[in-house]
Amino acid sequence: MIVAAARALRNGDVCFVGIGLPSKAANLARLTHAPDVVLIYESGTIGAKPRALPLSIGDGELAATADAVVSIPEIFAYWLQAGRIDVGFLGAAQIDRFANLNSTVIGDYEHPLTRLPGAGGAPEIAAQAGEVFVMLRQNVRAFVSRLDFITSAGYLDGGDSRQRLGFRGRGPTRVITDMGILTPSPGDNELQLTEMYHGVAVADVRAATGWPLRADSRIRPIEPPSPLELEALRSLALSSPG
Amino acid sequence: MTAFMPLRDAIATFVNDGQVLALEGFTHLIPMAAGQEIARQRRRGLTLVRMTPDVIYDQLIGAGCATRLVFSWGGNPGVGSLHRLRDAVEHAWPQPLQLEEYSHAAMAAAYTAGASGLPFAVLRAFQGTDLPANNRNIRRVACPFTGEELAAVPALRPDVTIIHAQQADRVGNVRIRGIVGVQKEAVLAARIAIVTVEEIVERVTDEMNAVVLPSLVVHAVCHVPRGAYPSYAHGWYDRDNAFYEAWDGIARDRDAFARWMERHVHATPDWAAYLRLADVR
Repeated sequence: MIVAAARALRNGDVCFVGIGLPSKAANLARLTHAPDVVLIYESGTIGAKPRALPLSIGDGELAATADAVVSIPEIFAYWLQAGRIDVGFLGAAQIDRFANLNSTVIGDYEHPLTRLPGAGGAPEIAAQAGEVFVMLRQNVRAFVSRLDFITSAGYLDGGDSRQRLGFRGRGPTRVITDMGILTPSPGDNELQLTEMYHGVAVADVRAATGWPLRADSRIRPIEPPSPLELEALRSLALSSPG
Repeated sequence: MTAFMPLRDAIATFVNDGQVLALEGFTHLIPMAAGQEIARQRRRGLTLVRMTPDVIYDQLIGAGCATRLVFSWGGNPGVGSLHRLRDAVEHAWPQPLQLEEYSHAAMAAAYTAGASGLPFAVLRAFQGTDLPANNRNIRRVACPFTGEELAAVPALRPDVTIIHAQQADRVGNVRIRGIVGVQKEAVLAARIAIVTVEEIVERVTDEMNAVVLPSLVVHAVCHVPRGAYPSYAHGWYDRDNAFYEAWDGIARDRDAFARWMERHVHATPDWAAYLRLADVR
């Protein structure tokens, strides 16, 4: 999953990175095929090159290895809002068929079953990054037919409903899970399964999805991790806490 | 003029029940000692403002100091939930907590508006999300020049902002190194600013751009070594990730939390005593 996500980044991309899985994938990309990827963390660190994976979004390692450290108002106004980000890399608690994301609340907002941490930088990353990669593990609790709360907009009600709002960014172009990769269908922008790992069946992915999942007629296999990728992943893990 | 005083006196002097309070720090330089002193002095009815409420706001909320939270991301960074925050929101324990919820971009813009003396901030935000439906302070305005629809949020104007910094000099000029977060804006937006520091030096002005906050906007400086623990102070000490992980277990259970607060906060006279008790070196 980490390797598949890392491969999606192009060398030279300016990438706004969320903590956790996205950070792991983005740094793997930097250590393998994309040495010139520019990693921007919302803590204000631009061009961070951490030797160990950070536990928090504002670890000292990010600042110490960055090309520039700027304030929070700057990172969101001058960098994200101004359109200087190619790829936003997000996680979420829940996703729906049009790649809208929930990281706010499960249940009713006023009387929640589970209160999640909230939006953070995600709504504006989802709207303003050139495109968005989403990473989350696939199961029926996370892939739901209806979100209790839209924290970050994907394709909203599908079709051109996102376009009509005039967002700068194209929206989520791929959703990378532990079973495969989903991409928006041409036309209505509903997510469809387009790539899978070896040993995973379409039926397995459908069983882990809370709506009738569309599958491409020609699903491509995802190549297993190369020795180089595995070695880079290990070196990141070895030097990291937790 | 900046007053130099013990943290206990600064909180007693400037922080009152019912105020709007911002303790800012974005993972780095979180004013933990000041937050704990507010809990120790049992302030009540506070509106707590912060982009990223973490362990210290979890303590204040669990201890019943706060009735309102203005925020954009409330979690234990790298670990998971803030259980005292969740308990307050999900079960109104120990009392209901009203939420005023934004995104990071909006909070940053709202502090900037406050620091600039403007009534509101304008930004591209919130379209297609459910946040405006749950926060009536998120509104929309039309650009008078292009007609573009933009989001508007009211300026943040805390009664008191508290931050932690590496250094202040004997005049009260403050220097921050590393991740600077939104601390400058939060201080300039506030009526009163308190800064706790790792050390007080003769002068911090020997390097250009070294002074982040000139003394004229700093009301009180308190010398509190390790005042950001378990977060970190770049160049002074590292983040204690183990504490953040341990906090998950402490805060998960109401009784365990109450016992921890009693032993570490209420039974200790000050931050130095807490650090000794917790064996932080």
